[in-house]
Amino acid sequence: MADRREFVKQAGVLGLALTVDPGHLVTWPVQNYVQGRTLRMDAVIRDLLMEALNAAKLAGASYADVRIGRQRQSSVQTREHQIVNVGDFETSGCGVRAVVDGCWGFAATPRLTKDGVARTAREAAAIAKANRLARDQRVELAAAQSYADASWRSDYTIDPWDISLEEKTDLLLRANAEALKVANVRFVNSGLSFVKDERNFASTDGSVIIQEFIRCQPSVNITAVASDFTDFQSRANIAPPAGRGWEYVKQVDLLANMGRWAEEAAAKLKAKSVDVGRYDLILHPSHLWLTIHESIGHSTELDRAMGYEANYAGTSFLAPPQKMLGAMKIGSELMNIRGDRSQKGAVSTIGYDDEGVQPDDFTIVKNGVLNDYQTTREQANWIKWWYDKQGTPTRSHGCSYAQNWSSVQFQRMPNVSLLPGEKAVSWDDLIAATENGIAIIGDGSFSIDQQRYNAQFGGQVFYEIKNGKVAGMLKDVAYQLRTPDFWSAMDLIGGAATYELHGALNDGKGQPGQSNAAGHGAVPARFRQQNVINTGRRR
Amino acid sequence: MSQTRERVMSRDEMQAVLERVMRLKNADRLAASLSSSWTGNTRFAANQMSTSGSVENTQLGVTAWFENRRAGVSTNDFSDTGLEAAVRKAEALAKISPADPEDMPLLGPQTYQPVPAYFDRTATSTAEDRARAAMSALELARKAGDLETAGFLIVNAFSQAIANSAGLFAYHRTTGDTYTVTVRTKDGTGAGWAGADNADWAKLDFTKVAQRAIEKARASRNPVAIEPGRYTVILEAQAVGDLVQLLGGGFGGGPLSARSADEGRSPFTKEGGGNKIGEKVVDERVTLISDPQDPDLLGQPFDGEGFPLGRQAWIENGVLKKLAYTRFWAQKQGKQPTGSSSTIKLLGGATTQEEMVRSTDRGVLVTRLWYLRQVDPRTVLYTGLTRDGTFLIEGGKVSRAIKNFRFNESPLFMLNNLETLGPTERLAGAEGGGDIVMPPIKVRDFNFTSLSDAV
Repeated sequence: MADRREFVKQAGVLGLALTVDPGHLVTWPVQNYVQGRTLRMDAVIRDLLMEALNAAKLAGASYADVRIGRQRQSSVQTREHQIVNVGDFETSGCGVRAVVDGCWGFAATPRLTKDGVARTAREAAAIAKANRLARDQRVELAAAQSYADASWRSDYTIDPWDISLEEKTDLLLRANAEALKVANVRFVNSGLSFVKDERNFASTDGSVIIQEFIRCQPSVNITAVASDFTDFQSRANIAPPAGRGWEYVKQVDLLANMGRWAEEAAAKLKAKSVDVGRYDLILHPSHLWLTIHESIGHSTELDRAMGYEANYAGTSFLAPPQKMLGAMKIGSELMNIRGDRSQKGAVSTIGYDDEGVQPDDFTIVKNGVLNDYQTTREQANWIKWWYDKQGTPTRSHGCSYAQNWSSVQFQRMPNVSLLPGEKAVSWDDLIAATENGIAIIGDGSFSIDQQRYNAQFGGQVFYEIKNGKVAGMLKDVAYQLRTPDFWSAMDLIGGAATYELHGALNDGKGQPGQSNAAGHGAVPARFRQQNVINTGRRR
Repeated sequence: MSQTRERVMSRDEMQAVLERVMRLKNADRLAASLSSSWTGNTRFAANQMSTSGSVENTQLGVTAWFENRRAGVSTNDFSDTGLEAAVRKAEALAKISPADPEDMPLLGPQTYQPVPAYFDRTATSTAEDRARAAMSALELARKAGDLETAGFLIVNAFSQAIANSAGLFAYHRTTGDTYTVTVRTKDGTGAGWAGADNADWAKLDFTKVAQRAIEKARASRNPVAIEPGRYTVILEAQAVGDLVQLLGGGFGGGPLSARSADEGRSPFTKEGGGNKIGEKVVDERVTLISDPQDPDLLGQPFDGEGFPLGRQAWIENGVLKKLAYTRFWAQKQGKQPTGSSSTIKLLGGATTQEEMVRSTDRGVLVTRLWYLRQVDPRTVLYTGLTRDGTFLIEGGKVSRAIKNFRFNESPLFMLNNLETLGPTERLAGAEGGGDIVMPPIKVRDFNFTSLSDAV
């Protein structure tokens, strides 16, 4: 481990004292930071966190938090019988956020030295001070419990970094070969991506927290091409990402399932192009999660409802909160939506958020009526009147997140899930109950307006339902919806046995843009008389 | 950070680091890329200052080869041990990686035409400068009383160098400055957006951007619903860019990829096989180019492999002239490789936007598009919505605000239905990012498929 003097010496030798510091004080992986299954923060990192907090306080910060993070990503990508890319990416550094005089400032640096983090803390405070001239109202944070020595690790049993590259590539190439056995299937891309993220956090409120999580994403895209080159069709998005380790890849079982997915791609070439019109839609959890995400997940972010994302991601139809909470009917009685960061294996699950709050489980939509928003410490105060009315404390739901050390934390989505119905209704029951419908499996094209009213969704596989039976495959299907009308049309919903976890690792929001994982649990459900369009126009 | 220090690494500094990396090579071949970045940003929303930040980073990527086995790693630990660990890890992964039958030899030394894209005025701008710029919108909105504004100003400096063990070295540095403002009326019925983007801080007119967003917001109040359907539409340059940039799609796997076309999975696949190069694909007034040297584009003059990039016409006078060939695909098909461009420009015409409106009896004026997602790759059909200023044109005049539409449309269909082109401008805030220059255009039969209540 290099100390400050050594690092200056190295820099001198290289003639690089100017722009790039040659080294970190922290050498990853820090020794002994894992003792059995318990994470222990390294003393050097703790010192750096305290150094930055002290520097921020000396520079006038009334509140500051510091994150020292190390994020690793591993990726293997293939096509057909060959490798496309093998990579292992790593970034580490320190981000400091400070409130001075009621304004926010943030700065980040890769220089993990005492001087580097202290300078960055002063920079964060200086930016906050510079913003004073444009300040109107002061930033106020809701009270939060502090955690002096906390740790948390996500739920995984096999670390993907313990699996050899050979095993990963072998799995993908053998799976590709299975897909290519199917007639008309000419192309297949497959990949395995993993993220391993260590987050060390400290705040002037007294919290010191270390966390580590792993997320993984198997990906497959199979393309079938018509023999006369007049059509091509794909089957993709075969398995959701998960907040789990290599054991999840084994569970997805690419090898056993690849042939079936390839058959589906080829069958789409011969599928009937859909007739436009009104249909009852039966949406599988592998599809419905994305509709939940776009129409309910984003519209119930409190920063959006308050106009804080107006310049990019947009606002929300669920605004202003004082007219909406407890009053706005978004859907049918069957609609109950929960926010949490606690479901095992879900991609938004975490022990503590990026401002040190332990997230709670909360009800966003209760029997079809808006009940709460996703919040951070700054935002919880904005709807204090509602919590007072409910007799509950005004506290953050723990939705603060930054994509890594170099990004400022802000409100991001927890797991936002559609809860099962009380009756033991299955997927087959939904089909059997439907006279004229379309069943959709898998997520496809998605687009929604900046207030989350008007959306259009495609899918992966579409089946025509006639008189309670699957009548055949369809293609060129998309449906257009208006959020409250759509959710009000939900009249049948799966039971607890049909509940599945889905989600995405790349949800975009913010300026500068940040990518976030968003988990969604869902059951299958039926939506009456939805507007289906045909997307197969040729001119 | 101290203002006496350069924001990003110089050519000499980068060369020194990359030479250190090259000296660590045990593999048959080694390539490395180094990027050094600084960004300063300021956000405001709900007439308040929001988050602001300053982020610096330096990141190294290393790729190692043993014969045709290859792997890449990246790190931002620049200690001797950090660099050595990165090279050794890339080498260890490369050794056990499956052979890549499409592997190509490294490019040797190349000649690049320098692009003067770095402006000290941008790189030395401060948090106070940004806060003052934000006041351009905040002050106007607060004073107005009936308006609420949100905006974003981001300033960056970036340098990148590439080196490999065949002797290639490339360096480029750039600055950027993007300002976007949304203004909403407090009654919730009107919203307007405007933006500007320039490598040179001195060339951004912050007040003009704020005023334009305010005008749009006020004019768009109380929109009425008109029937979705096919309309004559005037798309401002921003809206044109939102759709037309999708043809580029990074050039690798996007619609302009030669390989996708040859493989039968592209809009430029010919029935029966092969691609449509040489065929007329859009209106004959359409010319679509990439050119890092163009003074409005100012792109990086090389791609990730160090391949030199110059002016390339993809579509010229409506004819598909060129598709993007990787070095592997070019060799296989007996063509010239094109490299992977990051700039895109649709050449303009002489008709101003005002003239387009005057010549329109009934039509729709669109400020910008939002949430574009591909619906059908066979035709580059996308869906998305209009946003922040959608107006009805009647009798040669903008007559009133209308509700936003969802569209299902392809840039190829749109450029076939062209009426007129206007003068080009550089865009800010395009959904895909990058260096984009577009004209406003007027087209017929643009396909709006439903109404949105969103403001």
